[in-house]
Amino acid sequence: MKALSQKRRHPLAAIALLLMGLLLTGGLYAVATTVNQAKADTTSFSASDVEEGGKLFAANCATCHGMGASGTQDGPSLVGVGAAAVDFQVGTGRMPMQMSGPQAQKKPAQFNEEQTKQLSAYVASLGAGPAIPEEHLLDGKGDAANGGELFRVNCAMCHNAAAAGGALTRGKFAPALAGVSAEHIYEAMATGPQNMPVFNDSNITPEDKRDIITFLKTIEADGSPGGADLGSLGPVSEGLFVWVAGLGVIIAFTIWLTSRTS
Amino acid sequence: MSASSTAEAPFVPKTKVGSFTNFVDERVGGSGILREFGRKVFPDHWSFMFGEVALYSFVILLMSGTFLTFFFDPSMAETHYQGSYTPLYNVEMSVAYSSSLNISFDVRGGLFMRQVHHWAALLFVASLGVHMLRVFFTGAFRKPREMNWVVGGVLLILAMAAGFTGYSLPDDLLSGNGLRIIDGVIKSIPVIGTYTSFFLFGGEFPGTAIIGRLYVLHILLVPALILLMIVIHLFMVVVHKHTQYPGPGRNDGNVVGYPLGPVYAAKAGGFFFIVFGVLALMAAAFTINPIWNYGPYDPSPVSAGTQPDWYIGFVDGALRLMPGVINDFHFEWVIFGRTLTLNVLLPALVPAGIIFTVLFMYPWIERWITKDNREHHVLDRPRNAPTRTAIGVAGFTWYCVMWAAAGSDLIATHFHVSLNDVTYWLRTLFFIGPVIAFIVTKRIALALQRKDREIALHGRETGRIVRLPHGEFIEVHAPLDEYKRYKLVGFESPAPLPAEPNEHGVVTRKEKRRAALSKWFFEDRVAPATPAELEAAHAHGHHEAIAAGEDQKSLSH
Repeated sequence: MKALSQKRRHPLAAIALLLMGLLLTGGLYAVATTVNQAKADTTSFSASDVEEGGKLFAANCATCHGMGASGTQDGPSLVGVGAAAVDFQVGTGRMPMQMSGPQAQKKPAQFNEEQTKQLSAYVASLGAGPAIPEEHLLDGKGDAANGGELFRVNCAMCHNAAAAGGALTRGKFAPALAGVSAEHIYEAMATGPQNMPVFNDSNITPEDKRDIITFLKTIEADGSPGGADLGSLGPVSEGLFVWVAGLGVIIAFTIWLTSRTS
Repeated sequence: MSASSTAEAPFVPKTKVGSFTNFVDERVGGSGILREFGRKVFPDHWSFMFGEVALYSFVILLMSGTFLTFFFDPSMAETHYQGSYTPLYNVEMSVAYSSSLNISFDVRGGLFMRQVHHWAALLFVASLGVHMLRVFFTGAFRKPREMNWVVGGVLLILAMAAGFTGYSLPDDLLSGNGLRIIDGVIKSIPVIGTYTSFFLFGGEFPGTAIIGRLYVLHILLVPALILLMIVIHLFMVVVHKHTQYPGPGRNDGNVVGYPLGPVYAAKAGGFFFIVFGVLALMAAAFTINPIWNYGPYDPSPVSAGTQPDWYIGFVDGALRLMPGVINDFHFEWVIFGRTLTLNVLLPALVPAGIIFTVLFMYPWIERWITKDNREHHVLDRPRNAPTRTAIGVAGFTWYCVMWAAAGSDLIATHFHVSLNDVTYWLRTLFFIGPVIAFIVTKRIALALQRKDREIALHGRETGRIVRLPHGEFIEVHAPLDEYKRYKLVGFESPAPLPAEPNEHGVVTRKEKRRAALSKWFFEDRVAPATPAELEAAHAHGHHEAIAAGEDQKSLSH
């Protein structure tokens, strides 16, 4: 303790203190948010959820989707899209939509977990649709190898074999999948948001969906065994890298080697 | 070491090493060769070192490639992966892919060697390309080096072939997609296409033979040809001697620089390790071709972002740019029950055909236009050959448009624009890009020449503003020293060569065409400042100096 107090006037003490403070608050925040996420998982909706969700819907969504979610010229009917669709669209911040465009963009969620749940409850009450997936399907403990094969056959043509995303026509795109929660991945497969096709339970069974999630979570956790992945974009980023960085460094050396004379 | 003499009188070595080297030397005559080569003079300039980078990359490719052959099995037999990469565990795949994965995950140092090999391959072709650009833009392909330029072009094609055959070997999804495109291109060739494809793949694509065949090409035939071409190339470099940039004391009859031994040999030897080091760092820190991401090849899936390695990119880009239908005009016809798919055939073969034809023929084209039959050992600065430079940049721009098109999907996703718009823009640039590049480059080159001329005549602007007694402000110009001035005035600027009658006194139509091209080539020109002009300008500067009351030495000689 004495050693510590002696160093309290060290020039770096303020910086160290600041760093510790930031780490502490950041850490607490991270813990708090993950706790929230863990809690938010429930598929049973109460009547009050539906009622509150209806109010939220009327205030925030009805402009485009119409009263009673029956759809308008600006937005489709949401009757029968199910709780999963709402949880995905609202949970990833895609809805409410920031602006018209080729497809809804991901952004920070505009509603908290509770409100998202209420909105899901309301839309689910309008007609049967895909429900929010059960916890055991999202645990990432399936068969990664089977998931990988299914991913390559069903998903890689848009999302890229390394799930780095890819372009679609006219400004539409398939996003990168790193950092997407297991729940949202499952819901996306089940409901087919934006330009994605629906992979229903007879197309890809829930267990297979679990395997795909396992595959995605495995490659995300494994990182890149060969060093920095350059965006996992394949030969284009590799070519760019060799021309800019590789050849650039070599040219710097050639200039250095020949600089003594000219 | 000590033994560097070719014994005329009996030479008695004094040390053990000396007697050993003398023994060898008396039998192979190494010291004579060493003396000859040791005196080869190489001019020092950073842009002369790209050929060396290519050579060193090739050596590194041979070494790392040999390591990889110890562990790679080019079999297309089916197996179930049992290695340590869990996301592929027990997945059905070819032995080739399985052994590539084993090299990556279960052979000590295997992944590093794979990455060294692949990065070296990319650098090999890149440095080859930059070397050729340097040779083109400095006019180093002129007599007597036309044939060496052609050898260089052959090396470029061989390097691409080596790269492509290697890219396909791991039998992962990405390389299989690439092979499928090649298969499609081959099949689009009229009449012989399908037969060629069946011959190449030993039946219907993908068959079970292709990996083994590509392997033989990749590790035996293509490297042997590359090695042969490198030997011819370097032999001709020795015969022709190295070119040099213009400068005082340099002319077409000499080479100014360092002798090979000892300084240049040391530099070049050290440079090998620098290139090796850079490649090793890249291989250690940056993933290349993560085959485990792509999974085993299966003809049904195609991953988004599927591209070839960069040197094949321009062909892929041309394929992407080609429309299948324009309005109601279809590019696919059925003639006598056979399909002719121009939308594959044209983009795959025509741009590459044009690029390589022009590349191989350019020295003769320029020689024909200029009627320049002299030997050239002093290089042109690119600005001093404006039309050639503009042609080069136009061609390079055309290449780059196709190159960019190969990454059109990534341009779309990363710059948040529509893939369709990217394609439309690149299609437009495919036609007008080279034209714009030609005009802009030529104007820039001419402007730089005018600037050079201005500096040669009136000196460098010093930024010192002097007020004369009568109130006039002038900026003091510092004259150049003779060495710098030589660089700015010591070049040729040929005038257009009008059509000349042949021995029968007839001006042929071909000669008229040549004259028209010569006019196009040399019409816009900035002549170097002549001695008389320099004299006049300096006399002017002299008076100015006196009028300004300055020390005249600081203004002019």
